[in-house]
Amino acid sequence: MSKMRTRITELLGVEYPIIQGGMAWVAEHHLAAAVSEAGGLGLIGGANAPGEVVREEIRKARKLTDKPFGVNVMLMSPYADDVAKVIVEEGIRVVTTGAGNPEKYMDIWKAAGVKVIPVVASVALARRMERHGADAVVAEGCESGGHIGEQTTMTLVPQVVDAVEIPVIAAGGIGDGRGIAAAFMLGAEAVQIGTRFVVSKEAVVHENYKQRIIKAKDIDSAVTGRSHGHPIRCLRNEMTREYVKMEAEGKSFEELEYMTLGALRRAVQEGDVARGTVMAGQIAGLISKEQTCKEMVEEMMDQAKTLMKWD
Amino acid sequence: MLEKMKEIISEQLSVDADTITENSNFKDDLAADSLDLFELVMALEDEYSVEIPAEDLQNLLTVGEVMNYLKEKGVE
Repeated sequence: MSKMRTRITELLGVEYPIIQGGMAWVAEHHLAAAVSEAGGLGLIGGANAPGEVVREEIRKARKLTDKPFGVNVMLMSPYADDVAKVIVEEGIRVVTTGAGNPEKYMDIWKAAGVKVIPVVASVALARRMERHGADAVVAEGCESGGHIGEQTTMTLVPQVVDAVEIPVIAAGGIGDGRGIAAAFMLGAEAVQIGTRFVVSKEAVVHENYKQRIIKAKDIDSAVTGRSHGHPIRCLRNEMTREYVKMEAEGKSFEELEYMTLGALRRAVQEGDVARGTVMAGQIAGLISKEQTCKEMVEEMMDQAKTLMKWD
Repeated sequence: MLEKMKEIISEQLSVDADTITENSNFKDDLAADSLDLFELVMALEDEYSVEIPAEDLQNLLTVGEVMNYLKEKGVE
């Protein structure tokens, strides 16, 4: 299959314009290495992990692939400062950031030659990141799983593309070649894919979690936490129904938070898909089978290329 | 300066300029979320040609605090 060059593939030194979401608990070294081996950019999700844990993950991924991969830094993590340093020490070339504003790390990362790609949910934040030296941005619509903004991918991507000079990666609601082609039509130069890679053969995720995504219907997506301003998209289950009910009753942030403490880990590692938080995007309904990352990437790129009449 | 600030805030946050005072707290009184605040900061940076780093942002909770901050940066 021929290559597809955009400013993003050049920037990242990858074959295909696909990057993997930095999903907490899911984006560990097996998945990151597999996506990179498949020709995309794999990412290790720093999530709430201490710096040394992230360092180990980086070293393990290096044993599985010689290709470039990145690290996603969750800026609300208590260990974000440590993880930011580990990235430089380990010679990581690409960083994506989520859940905030990475300005304070820009200088040390840029000095070390790290490409910085913040995930943004608004035009103003995209402009601000460009002003502070970001190499690209991920414009993430609220179709995506996990922490979300308010705008959809369809509306956010073209507005961010118009507002900044740096290349834009579209995220949220993309799970096949049609989604990739649509994102390119909106002006994106690459896509970020999360949910589909969760069900890849290489993802070290409990079988129950994968099956829950594979069996999900279009309407199975729920958002918890809107009432306290930290909305999270996941697949509905016992927990989300109870959560949404408690929100309607006006329960406090602390009470609600207690219910979801450790709930993502329980779902991903223990397979508790009834009481755990099964984070996934709205595109889960489209995802129907487990494949290797390579099969996924090649199938998506083939479809996108046919639709876009790329060579 | 307060008048100009009111104008910018009212436009960025879609709130009635008459309800904005020096004591207005962005989150509690003007119901601004984090994305709103970035919108506002970008508008202020453009208007006053200053740079407002993220670490300063977290200390700017009210309209008056932003005005003092801008004055310290030499804005008239």
